[in-house]
Amino acid sequence: MKLLLKGGRVIDPSQDLDAKMDILIAHGKILEVGRKIHKHGANFRKQTETDITVINLGGMVVVPGLIDMHTHLREPGFEYRETIRTGSEAASFGGFTSVACMPNTMPANDNRSVTEYIVRKAAACNIVNVYPIASITMGSEGNVMTEFRDLRDAGAVAFSDDGKPVNNSALMRRALEYASSLGLPIISHCEDLSLSAGGSMNEGFVSTELGLQGIPAIAEEAFIARDIIIAEYTGALLHIAHVSTAGAVRLIRTAKERGLKITAETAPHYFTLTEDALREYDTCTKVNPPLRTAEDVKAIKEGLKDGTIDAIASDHAPHAPTDKEVEFEYAAFGITGLETSLSLSLRLVEESILTLNQLILKMSTIPARILNLPKGNLRAGADADITVLDLNKKWTVDRAMLRSKGKNTPFHQWTLKGKPVLTIMGGGIKYQELP
Amino acid sequence: MKLTKKDILGIKDISVEEIKLILDTAESFIEVSTREIKKVPTLRGKTIINLFFEASTRTRTSFEIAGKRLSADTINISASTSSVVKGETLIDTARNIEAMNPDAIVIRHSAAGAPHLLARMVKQSIINAGDGAHEHPTQALLDMMTIREKKGRIAGLAVAIVGDIAHSRVARSNIYGLTKMGARVIVAGPAMMIPRDIERMGVSVYHKLEDAIKDVDIIMMLRIQMERQQQKIFPSLREYSNYFCLNRNNITLAKDDVLVMHPGPINRGIEISPDIADGPYSVILDQVTNGVAVRMALLYLLIGGKS
Repeated sequence: MKLLLKGGRVIDPSQDLDAKMDILIAHGKILEVGRKIHKHGANFRKQTETDITVINLGGMVVVPGLIDMHTHLREPGFEYRETIRTGSEAASFGGFTSVACMPNTMPANDNRSVTEYIVRKAAACNIVNVYPIASITMGSEGNVMTEFRDLRDAGAVAFSDDGKPVNNSALMRRALEYASSLGLPIISHCEDLSLSAGGSMNEGFVSTELGLQGIPAIAEEAFIARDIIIAEYTGALLHIAHVSTAGAVRLIRTAKERGLKITAETAPHYFTLTEDALREYDTCTKVNPPLRTAEDVKAIKEGLKDGTIDAIASDHAPHAPTDKEVEFEYAAFGITGLETSLSLSLRLVEESILTLNQLILKMSTIPARILNLPKGNLRAGADADITVLDLNKKWTVDRAMLRSKGKNTPFHQWTLKGKPVLTIMGGGIKYQELP
Repeated sequence: MKLTKKDILGIKDISVEEIKLILDTAESFIEVSTREIKKVPTLRGKTIINLFFEASTRTRTSFEIAGKRLSADTINISASTSSVVKGETLIDTARNIEAMNPDAIVIRHSAAGAPHLLARMVKQSIINAGDGAHEHPTQALLDMMTIREKKGRIAGLAVAIVGDIAHSRVARSNIYGLTKMGARVIVAGPAMMIPRDIERMGVSVYHKLEDAIKDVDIIMMLRIQMERQQQKIFPSLREYSNYFCLNRNNITLAKDDVLVMHPGPINRGIEISPDIADGPYSVILDQVTNGVAVRMALLYLLIGGKS
């Protein structure tokens, strides 16, 4: 059975491609990308017509399957918030064909059996490729390093104690050295807990008005500075998670100018919302790092534009109503993001901050590169992971309609323009809403 | 005229006209508390729940007396006796109370925004009796009432608020209220107790008590909370009181007819010396008296009959 995607505008930043092209898919791989593929062509000689499904994509944009390098799937342990299946469905709806999932499950993904469980479960769901990120330390408690090689061999693509920083600088140094020697990055959640403790929003004018304890920008920046210093000393592969402040962008920019091979990501809420969104004490706006100021949003956009920030990741953090329908300071941190990530990011293209090509780089090609995945391109022979976008489709976010179990979106009732309408993973259609 | 609002969550959302209405109404209620029979039938048949998740003597008693003097039925629920200790959420507690059809719920909670959560969830009027470090609107109203009573006006006065501004809901509500009413507000305290960007609320900031109270008309001293020292926010009570205790020496820097206020409970000898707390400038107990009148006014304006 072959799949022929006809007449779409194909964008593949990896080969500088932006043209009206057809794509022929068979056996889970891209067979051919060409100007006009028809059923009497070279790849069809032995086939009869009934073996081919032709999908007309006139007016649509065809891009390498999107990769979300920062997702919380919550399984094992927190299935009431999300499962690998519901998270995969949400990802596919959001245009993602691959996600990398964070290890703060219960038990934490700190040993081979949990990694294998996630891989096995995801394969059985067969909706998106799921790449486990293993924890840096046992239980993400910051004390004892996990077995990096064993975890890599089991399928881990990176290491992170996301949700918590590695407080011990010597341990962070060793982890960076070891992971780097294996060719894998450390994804660092940068937060000086002594500065952020007790806080539930950005520290500034709004926290002063709301009487909520603040998390100052310096809590994030102090640990980014530390990690950059360690990465510079060790030459290690460092990836900074969820960058949210102007100062953080500045630190990463100057580090890159010195030639460090660090990378960084931000999440859509950090370039879409400011701390003003918290004024009604809506717990769906509570996230860590917190929503910052308008100046920070501006700096994040600049960082995306000039390449300081390499990737956009959802930091999809689904929560149950019981985690969120409580007093603001008791509510869990996190925003559900897989289903809105692409549409919110397309606003950057609308605002001329990124070209569409650059956006796809940051949501597919570069995440694949950072995580060493054989993904993020549309070359012949590549896995047939393909996302089709309708840039003009308007849709309204409705919390009740989300595929994710996590309904905790601050974008409820937002009308967004541009949406994934066809998601193909491994040659199979996993989500579609084509007209 | 009545308040058109369903809830009183903070002074920030109340207009100058509404503040004046509340204060005028409160003045008319003062007399009730001086009668031999301290009761009017205004809120007969109304039910008011005092839902207190945080220890309080003054505010809770004041609300209870206010309700009772208007003939409402007032019921007190405190956290230690409620199902909160059994793990019930605020929303569930509120919905259960709502199901018993009260007319107003007065809430005190250590978490900022808790009254807002409640207001979204239940149909009854919610009155914020203090939420975390956010707002304490009835305190600011009774403070403004006291200032107006003693000074005849609020506009044009200089008011210094001194102490742990960062953790004070009294400071925030008073900053909103007093600046709206045309007063000039000064806040003062050690740098660690001044929250970020507070200047943007329209106040000036000082780190020396003497600078802050120079030539002011009103000094509002805030209670220093002992547990803040354990959080390493300031070095010691000794250090604090050496430099921020209002006493007979430094008070001479203020205007001769200065008023000394304090929301209570006071730490004698820490932020205010006993002779000042009990002295001629002090209106601390007038504040408490006016508190009942202000709360009567608010209850009346929110849930009183259509007359």
